[in-house]
Amino acid sequence: MFDFRSYAAAASVEDAVRLLAEKPNAVIMAGGSDVLIKMRSRDMSQVDVVSIYGLDELRGIRLEPNGDIRIGSLTSFSHIEHDETVNRLIPVLSQAAGTVGGPQIRNIGTIGGNTCNGVTSADTASTCFALDAIIELTGSEGVRHVPIVGFYLRAGKVDIRPTEIQTAVIIPRDSYENCFGHYQKYAMRNAMDIATLNCSVNVRLNADGAIERARIAYGVAGPVPMRAGSAEAAVCGMPAGEDAAHIFADAAIRDINPRDSWRASKAFRIHIAHELAVRGLTESMRRAGATI
Amino acid sequence: MTQYQVVHCTINGKSCEAVVDVRASLADMLRNNFRLTSVKKGCGVGECGACNVLVDGECFNSCIYLAVWADGKSIRTVEGLTGPNGELSDIQQAFIDEGAVQCGFCTPGFIMSAVEILESGKRYTRDEIRRQLSGHLCRCTGYENIINAVEKTMNRRLGGDE
Repeated sequence: MFDFRSYAAAASVEDAVRLLAEKPNAVIMAGGSDVLIKMRSRDMSQVDVVSIYGLDELRGIRLEPNGDIRIGSLTSFSHIEHDETVNRLIPVLSQAAGTVGGPQIRNIGTIGGNTCNGVTSADTASTCFALDAIIELTGSEGVRHVPIVGFYLRAGKVDIRPTEIQTAVIIPRDSYENCFGHYQKYAMRNAMDIATLNCSVNVRLNADGAIERARIAYGVAGPVPMRAGSAEAAVCGMPAGEDAAHIFADAAIRDINPRDSWRASKAFRIHIAHELAVRGLTESMRRAGATI
Repeated sequence: MTQYQVVHCTINGKSCEAVVDVRASLADMLRNNFRLTSVKKGCGVGECGACNVLVDGECFNSCIYLAVWADGKSIRTVEGLTGPNGELSDIQQAFIDEGAVQCGFCTPGFIMSAVEILESGKRYTRDEIRRQLSGHLCRCTGYENIINAVEKTMNRRLGGDE
């Protein structure tokens, strides 16, 4: 038995908003693979639970008429991994979703839960950062759209206001169009592990084969997922090639601030961050058609 | 807190109803209300895969799936694989033949993941089988025999090399 004080299942988004207004301290439960585990380890007890798991209206991926990709917040990792639109337009997100936990965890875990949990190691979060995702929140005051960089306030804390639930993750068209990306997770095991460090890179080359725009985001390189802006600026306009990858990585490690933890030392994380930046940009440029 | 709800669902093809505590997991419901003891409670936090069952055709660790979420769903456990007189299915027999069972605690969970692989009708590579079974821990066999059992059953069903 889980340690709930009360349990309410939302029948719709409006119903979820109403339930959260009634119980301001309630914990929102999507797939439960973070919340139920916290209860099991007694990090949470006697909580009022509002389950949104039954809201099928928040499942699925849609290509909007303006070209934006709208991912319902309750879409599971396995559905993201195998979705046709994602694989065609943003395969880097499929790659990231496919590295979460194991198959059963990818069936229950959701992209909304992954980002709302506020954890730096979340496998899909760094890719959402690198793709300038917009977080859609619905509450009693209406709908808000927050760029993901602003959504993360600090470790474990995201910008969800009272009565709000996250309803979608939107990847804007300009953010993915003609971009090619690569996601890498460095962990001790191939499955069922938390990233020691993760890194999502994407690049757009111009007609001359030079870098028009490169983006890089890390997980576990700081208290929340982060972009490495200096690296992105350093290679803008450079011809695609090995030099660009090394300049990119040298700049990237100046932007990050990983910590020592029992999983890995700060020095080791910086070493991995450099290597993942080189490999990430190299592979992204290859996917964009460059010969390296 | 005591709060109960009625859950209507299909379990191994049969329409079922249970009154469950809202705090109960699906593993609790399947074991306590329906005596489906193939569903093992191992780690309780979704890491070992011993409690794995199929819900609407997808694998879920039933220890971290609320019983009340099963309302309206179709659930399958190892008990649903055997024939009317207890005959074993091909995948269960393959686990015996390949020596993929030692203590047996992880076996039902592995078999339900194998069922998802086998019923996809797709030919998985050995690496893909390994990845698809990566949500299960086995402390006895070293996994090779389990992967052999799944691979051979897949090949037998699809026709082709064993």
